[in-house]
Amino acid sequence: MRISDDISVLRIRSKALQCVRRFFSDRGFIEVETPVRIPVPALELHIDAEESGDWYLRTSPELHMKRLMAEGCDRIFQIGACFRRGERGRLHSPEHTMLEWYRRDADYMDMLVDTKALMAFVFSEVIGSTMLEYAGRKIEIMPVWECFTVEDAYLRFAGWNPVAQFDPDRFDVDLAEKIEPQLFLDMPVVLKDYPVEAAALARCKPGNRAVAERWELYIGGLELANAFSELIDPGEQRKRFEICAEKRRNMGKDAYSMDAEFLSALEKGMPPCGGVALGIDRLIMLLSGAIEIDKVRAFCI
Amino acid sequence: MYSASDLRKGLKVEVDGVPYIITEFNFMKPGKGQAVYNCRLKNMITGATLSKTYRSNDKIDAPQIGQKTLKYSYQEADHYVFMDDNYEQILISAEVLGESRFFLVEDISVDVLFHNDSPVEAVLPNFVDKKIIYTEPGARGNTSTNVQKPATLEGGYEIQVPLFVNQGDIIRIDTRTGKYADRASRK
Repeated sequence: MRISDDISVLRIRSKALQCVRRFFSDRGFIEVETPVRIPVPALELHIDAEESGDWYLRTSPELHMKRLMAEGCDRIFQIGACFRRGERGRLHSPEHTMLEWYRRDADYMDMLVDTKALMAFVFSEVIGSTMLEYAGRKIEIMPVWECFTVEDAYLRFAGWNPVAQFDPDRFDVDLAEKIEPQLFLDMPVVLKDYPVEAAALARCKPGNRAVAERWELYIGGLELANAFSELIDPGEQRKRFEICAEKRRNMGKDAYSMDAEFLSALEKGMPPCGGVALGIDRLIMLLSGAIEIDKVRAFCI
Repeated sequence: MYSASDLRKGLKVEVDGVPYIITEFNFMKPGKGQAVYNCRLKNMITGATLSKTYRSNDKIDAPQIGQKTLKYSYQEADHYVFMDDNYEQILISAEVLGESRFFLVEDISVDVLFHNDSPVEAVLPNFVDKKIIYTEPGARGNTSTNVQKPATLEGGYEIQVPLFVNQGDIIRIDTRTGKYADRASRK
């Protein structure tokens, strides 16, 4: 395992982590630690877990954190390692550090307010400004964030509407090749209201079963964070897991059994809440100017 | 047959019956979607390039590549003539040889990769010796290897050499980098 070429970035990294912890503790969030080695990973169509004996390494702490919310926690956050098999690229490391936070009685747009405040705080504290230079371009983190619905972005940049008629292959390829290249603006960009087929664990918009309350945040062209108004309906959640497992089987992938303890927590009743997952490594890339994820981690995997 | 997750820089693949080598490779995986692999491919026969995007479930053909060791004979216009063990002549184009055509020396053994019957890649020995046909005299007394000057090899290739190397010397070249390695013998 090779040590990073330039460990001076570790100073920025450490400062950023301290800021994140301060931000959340100042707002009444408690820091939690949930298991890294787990019996079943969260069912996601395109996320594969590393095996660890008969168990797995977590691909995200989401299901365990939501169980804590169901148990009565109000505001929780966690910073920790997540593992995803086969993800290796300029922006992907098979082990990466994730920040997740959950807030009771909040929806995805409330979580956007949190996220904006967090970004303003971290950038001011770590680089002394909310003006950023990244990949040769200037970005103003504050005060205005651009916001596109998925429907608008696809109509504008790819010429079709995935909400009216969803095509999973075309959706993914166009996102990589036509949409994301348009999201590198001189301010942060939010892509929101995903087709329900791409909703993952987000609840549908009230009165619109075709669209889910999910957003993704892009800064400097990097996909930085994902948020949901969390799905808390156990019937709907079970149905989505079943569909996902079936699709994984058809793709020849390990279908993973359902996390029964998570489902029973939903059945006992979970308050409405919002959640965000934010890639710490990519945040450090923005703060340090690095264009490869390997440059911001102490060791290259 | 490869799956998309096998793709990487330097891998040889086959598209519509033509062998390609991957020269650039980007792993993309936006927003919980499937992985998208964006590749730049170079045609191993003509050198032409193209972009191709693969998705995680795509299967990619592996080219059937054979190998033969040939001896280099001589150059004929745009082609280079090699001989196999049965003294059959095989022509290899300048495109396939690339830079290494400048380092060919009569009778050296070259490992040639074939796709069907077409040569697609030639691998020279790591080091070859060639004569300098022109270089300016170096400053007297300067034996530093850090300072370099241009020199022309037999066959016309220009290379950077240390100042102490003279016209008529034979130098050793690292064919993997195309750079000067050592002086083989003085004039």
